Amino acid sequence: MKSSVIVFPGSNCDRDIAVALEKMQFKNQMIWHKETTLPKSDLIVIPGGFSYGDYLRSGAIAGKSSIIEEVIKAANSGCLVLGICNGFQILTETGLLNGTLLRNKNLKFINKDINLKVMNINSKFTAKYKANQILKINIAHNEGNYFTDRKHLDELNKENLIAFKYCDEKGIIANKSNPNGSLENIAGIFNSKKNILGMMPHPERMIDNLISNTDGVNLFSSLIN
Amino acid sequence: MEITKKIIEKHGLKIEEYKNIKKLLNRDPNLLEIGIFSAMWNEHCSYKSSKIHLKKLPTKGKQVIQGPGENAGVIDIGDNDAIIFKIESHNHPSYIEPYQGAATGVGGILRDVFTMGARPIALLNSIHFGSPSHHKTKSLLNGVVSGIGGYGNCIGIPTVAGETKFNETYNENILVNAMAVGHAKKDKIFYSKAKGVNKSVVYVGSKTGRDGIHGASMASAEFNENSEEKKPTVQVGDPFTEKLLLEACLELMKDDSIIAIQDMGAAGLTSSSVEMVSKGALGIELDLEKVPCREENMTPYEMMLSESQERMLIILEDGKEEYARKIFEKWDLDFVVIGKTTNSKNLTLKFNNKIEGQIPIDALANKAPLYDRKWVRKKISKKKLDLRKIKKINIEDALIKILSSPNHSNKNWITEQFDQMVMGDTSQRSGSDAAIIRIHNKDKSIAVSVDSSADYCKSHPFTGGKQIVCENWRNLIAVGAKPLAITNCLNFGNPENQEIMGEFVECLEGIKEACEFLDYPVVSGNVSFYNGTNKKNIFPTPVIGGVGLISKSKKKINHKLKNENSYIILVGKTFGHLDQSCYLKENFSIIEGNPPDTNLQNEKNNGELVFKLIKLGLIRSAHDVSNGGLIVALSEMAMGSEYGLKIDKPKKLQNLIEYFFGEDQGRYILEINKDDLNKVEKLLKASNIYYEMIGFTQRKYFEIDGIMKTDINDLFKINNQWYNKY
Repeated sequence: MKSSVIVFPGSNCDRDIAVALEKMQFKNQMIWHKETTLPKSDLIVIPGGFSYGDYLRSGAIAGKSSIIEEVIKAANSGCLVLGICNGFQILTETGLLNGTLLRNKNLKFINKDINLKVMNINSKFTAKYKANQILKINIAHNEGNYFTDRKHLDELNKENLIAFKYCDEKGIIANKSNPNGSLENIAGIFNSKKNILGMMPHPERMIDNLISNTDGVNLFSSLIN
Repeated sequence: MEITKKIIEKHGLKIEEYKNIKKLLNRDPNLLEIGIFSAMWNEHCSYKSSKIHLKKLPTKGKQVIQGPGENAGVIDIGDNDAIIFKIESHNHPSYIEPYQGAATGVGGILRDVFTMGARPIALLNSIHFGSPSHHKTKSLLNGVVSGIGGYGNCIGIPTVAGETKFNETYNENILVNAMAVGHAKKDKIFYSKAKGVNKSVVYVGSKTGRDGIHGASMASAEFNENSEEKKPTVQVGDPFTEKLLLEACLELMKDDSIIAIQDMGAAGLTSSSVEMVSKGALGIELDLEKVPCREENMTPYEMMLSESQERMLIILEDGKEEYARKIFEKWDLDFVVIGKTTNSKNLTLKFNNKIEGQIPIDALANKAPLYDRKWVRKKISKKKLDLRKIKKINIEDALIKILSSPNHSNKNWITEQFDQMVMGDTSQRSGSDAAIIRIHNKDKSIAVSVDSSADYCKSHPFTGGKQIVCENWRNLIAVGAKPLAITNCLNFGNPENQEIMGEFVECLEGIKEACEFLDYPVVSGNVSFYNGTNKKNIFPTPVIGGVGLISKSKKKINHKLKNENSYIILVGKTFGHLDQSCYLKENFSIIEGNPPDTNLQNEKNNGELVFKLIKLGLIRSAHDVSNGGLIVALSEMAMGSEYGLKIDKPKKLQNLIEYFFGEDQGRYILEINKDDLNKVEKLLKASNIYYEMIGFTQRKYFEIDGIMKTDINDLFKINNQWYNKY
């Protein structure tokens, strides 16, 4: 499998995701934001960080950059696209995913391990997880409070397009286990074709027991098959 | 323009110093030159009050590649890997403008580290605030924490450890110390010494604005009621630009284009240019009209004194200009050749071909004033506390009082605002004795910790100085690291006051003694004097930042209990020293007597053996016993783990308060699996280490035989509630 990681000025999880992809046997390339063509890839990853310093609004400037047009083209022709954290914010700015990410409810940056429930395993991103599996994954963001309109929310629910929700260690999804005020505890969503996944938590930080745990591994191993 | 007395004073220069300037120049200086002298001769840049004492510190060792005098210190961790690190204060700006002050403190220390060729891998901080009830504390706290997070999170370097303390001594002068740690290849370290004449001097990074003019002079004076007016001297940080600058510099450093490089930190363009050529015994000529400016009509004076952030000065090898320019343009950063090195040994400043100022480099760098300030030894309190005169309180109540106090409550609400995991190598986050970072792509890690104990240093500066080095050393040992070297940030009051100067000298004597004994040299550091407002000085607060090596990444441990029915061993003797203890402070507001002394021989023996036991894989968890004594350390091991403890009463006839709350030094608590006990005891006995078996682990409860029994979840809640109510 070939993967491409898009590097914007201010991206800072680009190395982390490259390490994870290579560990999972992807043939990975880093793509500088000023490039105008994308190499042929099975997976495009938009990593976390502060692209363009979060100026204007997180993800706003990256969403208009030259490389992103190529990402949109590839996504529309069915290429797998994964946006993590700032990558998720950028995907909502491009319109590839609907909704937006508001500031965390407590108005503070939050970095901690949270519990995450896998809501749909019928996707190329989540196939290796068990239905309703509970993961412990690190979050690190200032704007992770997902919001969308009623119509889109209904669609997300009806079409099973919610990938992950914040929960407690027993899997209960409630206000108490919602770290950032996200609508219905949403932590990650698919587009309608399920070839695009945007998520706030960082699976690339959970691939090594020495550092954390290996709950992120199955996301990448799902993709490699 | 005539240089009046008022102008001289405004530049923080003494009349005597001005006379000296005239002598060195053989003429009257102009305003630009006065500005430059004031930037180079202030306390912050010249170390004029501290230099003669700093020289006494041990700075060498076989682990040391570069000691003090460079942008940061460098140590060897084997296999061509080097660790580059330094701590620095940003106290004055943070009090005036907490968010930007703290943020630029982080930005500045990062540049000190990556200017030497290191990729920064960890950030730490030591922040001290006034009493929580003081009207400014809450907003300062929030501002500083957001500023530290705002910078580190954006640039993408994990903030992994730190300490936050409250004491009314900082009511009007908070402390914000930031430490950065980087990793470089030993054969790819970059220094600031210029070499060769006619080499291009290149300005890279952000444009120069009017922010931070005279920042270093501000940091060299006490505050008064007009300090708010100094807001314009606080710099504004942009971590996004710094991220670009970091990547661009590291990209250029892959090649051999750089002769010398230095960041424009305190005193900006002035100190970076002067220091580089001073080290190389050269001169420098700058064409100031070429300096990229953010604002219109900036004068040479403003350009030379601006402390705008995210800028570097580089001296390039011949013919490398275009190669280097391409890299910086790729990252959308300014890149301008603004001058050249000369053999004149002068700083020559031209603006549109006209010489605006010319000063011998030697006058700025080496002829700066040097003071052997008067100091007096601290009169040591002979008072010894009489426990009988203090009201008896229940042990459990006293413990709860400590665990719920601002200083001892859990600081997760702070560390959760910092990205601790970015870069993917943080294997121990904050909250344990030290944080642990794996060296990328290697099977080894470093441990880092910052520590201070201002109360101890106030009551007995020598013992306090010694103690804080030992505690820092112990914190690294407790996670399984071999301590290698330290950086220090020496936060003190007004050095013109003999008692304050005495505190400085004596703390340094204590630091020196401990560092020498433990082979724990000082490789970098920073002095911050004039911490005080209207003649009220802060407590002496030396902050120690230590780095240690874990040669196999898996051989790390932390302080959380791991098992049921493990043995608990206390290493080191408990005498029951209560003077200056948390027990007295938090329960009775008594701050009296001397701090506990540290027996360096015991410290070393105990530490080396604990390190050995961890390396052999015989320890499940370990914790250093410090503030709050044995009972607080035990609680910390239980809280947040799944296990509690069943602890015996002391076997010898001993006062229970002294036993459980005494703050005797050189002690560790170890959790040991039943099967390993024999091996551990054998090794302890063979090395003649004093230890006591004090109990074992159990589920759910922290219990002391016949004294208390508390659910660990309740203790955890108590320990976590302070901030929610604040």
